[in-house]
Amino acid sequence: MPFDENEEKRIERAEETWEEQTLRPALEKLPERTREFNTVSWHPIRRLYTPRDLSDFEYTRELGFPGLYPFTRGVYPTMYRGKIWTMRMFAGHGTPEETNQRFRYLLEQGQTGLSVAFDLPTLMGYDSDHPMSRGEVGKCGVAIDSLADMEILFDRIPLGDVTTSMTINSPAAVLWAMYLVVCEKQGVPYDRIGGTIQNDILKEFIAQKEYIFPLDPSMRLVVDTLLFGARYLPRWNPVSISGYHIREAGSTAIQELAFTLADGMAYVEATMKAGLAVDSFAPRLSFFFNVHNDFFEEIAKFRAARRLWARLMRERYGASDPRSWLLRTHAQTAGCALTAQQPYNNVVRVAIQALAAVLGGAQSVHTNALDETLALPSEAAATIALRTQQIIAHETGITHTIDPAGGSYFVETLTNEIEEAAWTYLQKIDDLGGMVQAVEKSFPQQEIADASYRYQQAVETGEKVVVGVNRFVAETEEPISLLQIDPDKAAQRQMEKFQKLKKRRDHDRVEQTLDALRKAAQGKDPWDRDLLMPKILDAVRAYATLGEIMGVFREAWGEYIEPAII
Amino acid sequence: MTSERKESTYRVTKMISEERKVRILVAKPGLDGHDRGAKVIARAFRDAGFEVIYTGLRQTPEMIVGAAIQEDVDAIGLSCLSGAHMYLFPRIVELLRERGADDVLVFGGGTIPDEDIPKLREAGIAEIFTPGTRTSVAIDFVRNRVRRDQTK
Repeated sequence: MPFDENEEKRIERAEETWEEQTLRPALEKLPERTREFNTVSWHPIRRLYTPRDLSDFEYTRELGFPGLYPFTRGVYPTMYRGKIWTMRMFAGHGTPEETNQRFRYLLEQGQTGLSVAFDLPTLMGYDSDHPMSRGEVGKCGVAIDSLADMEILFDRIPLGDVTTSMTINSPAAVLWAMYLVVCEKQGVPYDRIGGTIQNDILKEFIAQKEYIFPLDPSMRLVVDTLLFGARYLPRWNPVSISGYHIREAGSTAIQELAFTLADGMAYVEATMKAGLAVDSFAPRLSFFFNVHNDFFEEIAKFRAARRLWARLMRERYGASDPRSWLLRTHAQTAGCALTAQQPYNNVVRVAIQALAAVLGGAQSVHTNALDETLALPSEAAATIALRTQQIIAHETGITHTIDPAGGSYFVETLTNEIEEAAWTYLQKIDDLGGMVQAVEKSFPQQEIADASYRYQQAVETGEKVVVGVNRFVAETEEPISLLQIDPDKAAQRQMEKFQKLKKRRDHDRVEQTLDALRKAAQGKDPWDRDLLMPKILDAVRAYATLGEIMGVFREAWGEYIEPAII
Repeated sequence: MTSERKESTYRVTKMISEERKVRILVAKPGLDGHDRGAKVIARAFRDAGFEVIYTGLRQTPEMIVGAAIQEDVDAIGLSCLSGAHMYLFPRIVELLRERGADDVLVFGGGTIPDEDIPKLREAGIAEIFTPGTRTSVAIDFVRNRVRRDQTK
């Protein structure tokens, strides 16, 4: 913080005296535990931070005020004093019927938004009866084959009153269309529908690997939804630009931040190239970050993310609507930080991580359940996870003031350092020609693989401590009770419904709508075409299946095979 | 030390140093794309002196068994986090048996509940390494088992 020369000299002298007279004798008596301290991401941490670390820090430039540029202190003027973050627990397994029950249970427990987990066949655009779906139906999420399943999934849930987040990427446009048609049937007008599709395909190539098509048509689908959303759905977030999976794949905090923002920049640039003015879609871009164990690093990461995005949007892309500058974000506690050993310890980890998300100013939070390294969460475990958020919100008092960590010499310095390190990565990605090119060159993939291996080695040597895994290990452990899913019931029920649907629907209409979609998807220049969304909606209304619709795209665009690097 | 014992020590040393590199296929069966574990394991085995072939993503059991036979591997390491292990892992062992390659050691890891482990062992998967296992444990396991099988 800028202070007058006298004050600066006074602090400097006092620090020297402290080092000489107080610190040195103490170190001689008891040396520190290690020579170097660093975060879980190897960012170096110093012994002490003082005003001298922030000597050229300008409050209004770096922090400003909540709800004002550059939003370091938060995106809204009152933050949690006005409204607690949305507690949005990711759920889904088995059949749409079973997941509908879990959703209604969670809403009764005070959850304020829905978040759908789909099974792998759905995520990969296959119907339940496809050979690749064997063994996977309903396993890590709910199986959705057609509009008929979506109608069951949201049965008796008023979609005009809740917001829904759907974790779906390559087939995002299709699942979104299914959701919109269910809303149509419930009589909810488009301008009242609120929610999010993840739809962040770049991080699939980088980290989670649920891509289907090559990069170019994949980007076309994302842009298509952004164009459609900007025109018809003012309350929908068509992309949730996600660092979560990048971090889960083993990146550092700084890589997570930099690669996520670079992905966001690629979507902004592609949508602007498609002819949309930045301010007509940028306010609907939302983010999704991981929140890991290293408490202050995480808080600083969220603060740096807001400041960086605001600066990028205003300065680089010329956005003038303040809403375009906002980095609104969902946060999920780090699945990769949980342990299979002594699983009850995970409750503590999750609580600390969620606390960091709240101190970081997240707009919605998912807290992981203690049993997630072993299976999908049991109802009891998911309830504890939700209660963890409720305790933070209503018992700790940290929601009473905005950005309580702001102004800490340490937090502000760390925020600056993380911002700077992320800039360096962004420049590197610019040099490679932008994120699409960087992904093609496997740059982020390789960086993450290296960081992940380095971390694993550090755990094995004991350099990084994981309680219950490489320190404080228990000799024997009582097994905990896990959610039981009948392995074949979901698959069997999906198959039966699927056969019935195929008999029931208007076959000609299915063919016609798929033909229209095929024509729209083909063509050499992917950008110079009609929107695909209206045609996807038509096919969905005709009860064409997810596999059929994605099959049209697979035929038109082919499939991506990644170069396997280790 | 008697000359006999010297001779046998020499032979063992020679056998180890001349032993061909153990070949291992690291595979991701099914639709799951979470490849952090598979990549870490592949790299750890490579650094430990194994010859590692990584299949890449979304391999059917047939593709994995085909690759294992073609590459003449000693072991297959499977990674699955989607919950589909109870179908995919036993199917791979079954196909290896059908194709007369049941001498290939199969082990796995991922999001696998404890109670599934005995069933997987029964189905012929030699070992399941759950989250938190040191890579050196898996490496030692494969090294010991493959060497034992080779000297049988």
